[in-house]
Amino acid sequence: MNEPDVDILLVEDSVDDAELALHALRKEKLANSIFIARDGEEALDFVFCRGTFPGRSFDHPPKLVLLDLKLPKIDGMQVLKAIKSDPRTRTIPVVILTSSREERDLVSGYDLGVNSFIQKPVDFDQFRATVKSVGLYWMVTNQPPVRADVKPNLDEEAPTDEVLLTK
Amino acid sequence: MAEIKEILLVDDNPADIDLTRDILSRNSCRSNVHSVADGIEAIAFLQRQGKYKNEARPDVVFLDLNLPGRDGRSVLAEAKSDPALQKIPIVIFSTSSAHEDIRCSYELGANCYVTKPGNLQGFVSTVSALASFWFSCVMLPGKED
Repeated sequence: MNEPDVDILLVEDSVDDAELALHALRKEKLANSIFIARDGEEALDFVFCRGTFPGRSFDHPPKLVLLDLKLPKIDGMQVLKAIKSDPRTRTIPVVILTSSREERDLVSGYDLGVNSFIQKPVDFDQFRATVKSVGLYWMVTNQPPVRADVKPNLDEEAPTDEVLLTK
Repeated sequence: MAEIKEILLVDDNPADIDLTRDILSRNSCRSNVHSVADGIEAIAFLQRQGKYKNEARPDVVFLDLNLPGRDGRSVLAEAKSDPALQKIPIVIFSTSSAHEDIRCSYELGANCYVTKPGNLQGFVSTVSALASFWFSCVMLPGKED
């Protein structure tokens, strides 16, 4: 069974942060559909169409992956490395959204090919504002990668605020 | 968190360079904005060769694709395969919205792809959005040099 397209894969183990991010993205109507993965393993299963996601296709990658670094099972840097080192997935934009202020995380992230690295603010309102800015930039200003076999589609559908699956 | 101090604009259209500089300054950008008009100069600037030997490495590059000399794809490919340059975010800023250009840019390691609008209002709002995101939201590593 084919699963519906997902605009944003949000990889976040904090229920509060995931809800806040989801709220900010939905309020601005920045994505038709958002999937939340709670750990690195689930994120990789989703991106690589395996595990509990056999119905997904590499032909329909998420337009954006918002990735926390400190995650259960497989950490965010390993998730980034796996996505950016596989020719099937390396063009997917990955934005790290983390509370880490470690210079080594910044260096590793950019070395591994992260598309941008964002500091997650502690303050509630600033966090929402940051997610809004990130969503606006990546879903509106930026052109997502398109596969060679995809025909142009200039008629964007209206956002529907759909959240496909949340645990 | 490193502040963006140096920006390199790579564009063969002087009017687009002037307008981008103007919009960046109106968006409270206090960075040094450098510009070069072709791909050969862009690589020389990034590698700090010749007349650019005393220039600081840019913190972010806005790169057009269709350039004289060496085109933007070639500049992007070289920068992203050079360990000394690969961490520098490269924003493709091109009039092309061809799927092949977008796909190829991501394959080569572009950090993002932004289509350059053909009208003034669109141009102003797009460069403002670029400035707002890259100068206010994004964290960059400190430079080793």
